[in-house]
Amino acid sequence: MIKVQNLSKVFGAKRAVDDISFSVERGEVLGFLGPNGAGKSTTMRMITGFIPPSGGSVSVGGFDIVDHPIPAKRLIGYLPENAPAYTDMTVHGFLSFAAEIRGLRGDAKKTAVGRAVEMCFLEGVLHQSVDTLSKGYRHRTCFAQSVIHDPDVLILDEPTDGLDPNQKHEVRTLIRKMGEKKAIVFSTHILEEVDAVCSRAIIIDRGKIVANGTPQQLREKSDAAGAVSLRVSGANGSAVSQRLAQVPNVRKTVIIKEEAAGVLVKVFPKPGANGALAQNVADAARDWRVLELHTEEGRLDDFFRSITMPDTAKEETK
Amino acid sequence: MNAWANIRTIAKRELMGYFASPVAYVFIVIFLLLTGFFTFMLGGFFERNDASLTAFFVYHPWLYLFLVPAVGMRLWSEERRSGTMELLLTMPITTWQAIVGKFLASWLFLGIALLLTFPIVFTVNYLGSPDNGVIVASYFGSFLLAGAYLAVTCMTSAMTRNQVISFIVSVVICFVLILAGYPPVTEFLSNVVGLNQHWVEGIASFSVMTHFDWMQRGVIDSRDLIFFASLIVFSLFTTGVIIRGHRAG
Repeated sequence: MIKVQNLSKVFGAKRAVDDISFSVERGEVLGFLGPNGAGKSTTMRMITGFIPPSGGSVSVGGFDIVDHPIPAKRLIGYLPENAPAYTDMTVHGFLSFAAEIRGLRGDAKKTAVGRAVEMCFLEGVLHQSVDTLSKGYRHRTCFAQSVIHDPDVLILDEPTDGLDPNQKHEVRTLIRKMGEKKAIVFSTHILEEVDAVCSRAIIIDRGKIVANGTPQQLREKSDAAGAVSLRVSGANGSAVSQRLAQVPNVRKTVIIKEEAAGVLVKVFPKPGANGALAQNVADAARDWRVLELHTEEGRLDDFFRSITMPDTAKEETK
Repeated sequence: MNAWANIRTIAKRELMGYFASPVAYVFIVIFLLLTGFFTFMLGGFFERNDASLTAFFVYHPWLYLFLVPAVGMRLWSEERRSGTMELLLTMPITTWQAIVGKFLASWLFLGIALLLTFPIVFTVNYLGSPDNGVIVASYFGSFLLAGAYLAVTCMTSAMTRNQVISFIVSVVICFVLILAGYPPVTEFLSNVVGLNQHWVEGIASFSVMTHFDWMQRGVIDSRDLIFFASLIVFSLFTTGVIIRGHRAG
């Protein structure tokens, strides 16, 4: 549904988006990750046709956004960053306007507004002015606007920003449900959201795609993926790390905690260990009292930090 | 057909926006009070002993100088400030449909305010027998004048996200449009600066005063119509260029 090819955007001397390509099919929820200022919003603004690209192309449902903006925009529902809405209107008035501009009239308009209101839980504030809404409600009003015409493509720029935990949960459930039938791109810098919602994630940094894969694949790339945590009693720290250093597939061991009750060590695998490490470690620990042994899945935020931190910051942490 | 439906939807929203806040009513009241003040106090409506609305219309260019920018200053600057411009321009409409829709809504609003001055027409008809053709032509001219100022304001409001700046810049531009044909200025140009008659007339022909003057006398000339229409089209076109400039970054 969405095809982005070699997209770039230059603001003055700055390349905000630098040669990005990806595509999203129906039934996919693509998480768009990156630190602030990485070019997420700029990319979304180009996909929705708000700003023209400096290079490359975007096509939505087969329509090029620059050459055929109107049919392309018809397919898109867009929630811009900070969820803007006309403050001088009521929620109902605003949603009616959104429906009308999407070409819905009469009964079709009424059903569309009703459906969006129900979906975003806006019944209580329907006749309230947007001006007087709390941030969460205003956000949902703008979200309702983006789904009012039941679009095939949804572009959501930080849809859960500023919501309380319950509302976040609702919005995520909503996105996941809609993702079964639509092509959805949403940006966030909350990593747990990616796990909760996305079928695929792209990480961009300084305008470039630095990682692209399912949340599981990205997790596996993290440093800690496949590492084995072991807690034993009956040996001191140096003895444990000495013996573990001899074990096959071990790259390094780090002692996390050493106290009377036991020693907690983390064992990192060599490349190609393929999950055999836990067995190797268990074999080596046979004559200790094993209190805990498990393989770690790897963490998204470790991976995120390792690839998006500026090089200088990386040096410092080393 | 589709384009017209989009324009109407946008205009409807904009107009609803005006009347949703007290600003619209405050504006209409101020407009009516000021027209009354100018007509009766400064214009000497009764002292003239003349069954015409000259005293009423002659101050419109000056009245509009402040009131029209006040109505139009928020048109685009507010959209930019609040971020709704991003929403509006990612809807399946073209930029010019949005520009025309917003412009028409404000123009219609000014038209409503102007129509509410109707008691003065009854008054002058009750007191004497004026040439109602001239009055209709004057109303038409006044409406075009408001449209021209409004288009200029539309343009300045697209330039900035600050309404106050947009207001001031458009007042300045409209003031220049008045002065170019204001008799003291044209006399200054020909007598003191020493420009020859062609130059002075050329400069004066860019003024709304020159063209409004004819309509006030009941003459609807195609030259005046073309002047106002081209001023509006030019300003709205420039609005489009400015907005495209913002989007391109």
